[in-house]
Amino acid sequence: MSAGTYIRRPNRALQVYAVIFLIVLYVPVLFIPLFSFNDAVHVRFPLKGFTLQWYTELWSRQALWNSLWNSVRVGLVVSVLSTVLGVMAARSITRYRMRGKGPLVGFIMMPLVIPGIIFGVALLVLLSRMGVPLSLYTVGLGHLIICMPFAVATLLPRFEGFDPAMEEASADLGENGWWTFWRVTFPMVMPGIVASLLLTFTISFDEFIMAFFLTGTDPTLPMYIWGQLRFPKEFPSVLAMASLILFISFVLVFIAQWVGRMGLDTEDLGVPDT
Amino acid sequence: MTTSDAFISIRSVSKFFGGFRAIDDVSLDIGQGEFFSLLGASGCGKTTLLRMLAGFESTSSGEIFIDGQPMSEVPPHRRPVNMVFQSYAIFPHLNVQDNIAYGLRKQKLPVARRLEMVEEMLDLIKLSGYGSRKANELSGGQRQRIALARALILRPKVLLLDEPLGALDKQLREQMQLELRALQRQVGITFVFVTHDQEEALTLSDRIAVMSGGRVLQVDTPAGLYEMPKTREVASFIGNMNFFRGTVRRNGSAMAAVETEGLGTIPIPVEQITKPDGAPVQVALRPEKFALSATRPDGTLAVEGRLRTAAYLGERSHFYVSIEGKAEPVAVSTPNISRGLDRADSQSGQALWLSWSPDAIVILDTD
Repeated sequence: MSAGTYIRRPNRALQVYAVIFLIVLYVPVLFIPLFSFNDAVHVRFPLKGFTLQWYTELWSRQALWNSLWNSVRVGLVVSVLSTVLGVMAARSITRYRMRGKGPLVGFIMMPLVIPGIIFGVALLVLLSRMGVPLSLYTVGLGHLIICMPFAVATLLPRFEGFDPAMEEASADLGENGWWTFWRVTFPMVMPGIVASLLLTFTISFDEFIMAFFLTGTDPTLPMYIWGQLRFPKEFPSVLAMASLILFISFVLVFIAQWVGRMGLDTEDLGVPDT
Repeated sequence: MTTSDAFISIRSVSKFFGGFRAIDDVSLDIGQGEFFSLLGASGCGKTTLLRMLAGFESTSSGEIFIDGQPMSEVPPHRRPVNMVFQSYAIFPHLNVQDNIAYGLRKQKLPVARRLEMVEEMLDLIKLSGYGSRKANELSGGQRQRIALARALILRPKVLLLDEPLGALDKQLREQMQLELRALQRQVGITFVFVTHDQEEALTLSDRIAVMSGGRVLQVDTPAGLYEMPKTREVASFIGNMNFFRGTVRRNGSAMAAVETEGLGTIPIPVEQITKPDGAPVQVALRPEKFALSATRPDGTLAVEGRLRTAAYLGERSHFYVSIEGKAEPVAVSTPNISRGLDRADSQSGQALWLSWSPDAIVILDTD
């Protein structure tokens, strides 16, 4: 009886739709790695032949490696900062009875829905008014605003499933706040922290709009790539670089998702059985 | 129990949450090695009081002394007490062994000694060989025991238990009650036990404090609470009770009497009544103190009634009997010593005699 209900019956139309959806979503992206191995300057069919030339050419571009290093530095700092702030926010949102908690959460999540261009322009105006020179620090600041909601959204479920009695038990067994954090709280929310670090790093690493407004003389990698688009001859190696970034981003996001979900379904977070 | 030998002394403690008075001027003394229960319905303040002993809640006024030391400035991690939480709070990222050894870090013991202590604890809770299990591989009863072991390994002066058996099913709960009681005797630590289950409190405790609305209504032994409740609230919270309105009659002799509604005039020795002649009182009688018979029994107090309903409960039967002069029927509970089916099948409306012994009577103040 249950196998025959529409809930469990395989739905052919839905399966076809899902396949089409994935094709439309990812095929355009797959053209980038495809043409990065193409032995021609111009991106057009038919493909000319297989080459690793564009990848080898990457090695000799000092400016590209500089911009990559800039992006990595900004990404590391932003991911650590936003995750630390995210831990504090998630902990206080779930633990304390606060007045105005709802608006506060909404406020933290706002950058998700406000276009980056608006934040970018606003920050640029503000910073230039204050006489702050544009640099990687200003880019980092912009990225921090964008990454905060992602960090909080990743960490909140971990803290929501956290039984306050766990920390009380630790205190009761003789540990002060610091040791309780390291021996109980941190290990229990660890998967969320790892997921948040990876996700925010990826977001910062790929981010273009904020960087466009806030970059000084040191470009981030997306800025560098954008700059190279004006030179057709440079384009294939940009494709090669983009392929590499695509691959690394994909791996990072995949790990973040996997680690973030790890144990959420099976592991007991200390919520009493009902 | 005098204040001087009290191990835990709670002195006029109150607790406010905003304008809500969760604990209302409570004073209690708990002796060393005692199994002491805080009993009450949910929201009566029993858990708050326990959390104040553990240090998770501050006192708004008053002071708590443990082993003579005032506790108000002592944070939870420095108090000589350990707690078994209602949810057990077993650390999910640690295995059984590491859970039990959690509190030993500060003692800086050699690893071998620590393992030895954990083994001793596992032995005590009958879970030897479970040391490397993960928390999520344990049943409710096993978690409960590990929470117990984790607290007891630190040799606390007081063990606090917050409804530790509440999450277990009935059979396991009864088994754990016996084990808990045996364990307490074995380790000799003072237990303060919070429960809403009166049967559990009666089974386990040396003494029980009945709480309601943030106040302690009565502190007594299980038998004292059951047989001689001091107020109607306590009498009806623990077990079932029949109440009859009555009036004191004194005539100067050694026997006074209480004229009751429904049960007639009951002679009571003068020293058991503090009220003056004519004072209104409540007469209370437990359902099982009544005996039922078809004819009037000789030589005891008895009253005739009519059977309203009967219920067969296996080990005993419950009867509800209407008597003249009382609106609600009287609850009667009799053990089914012989096969009691015939009585449970009794016809509604059948005439019956209720008899009781005068020393089973409890006299309470009117509310």
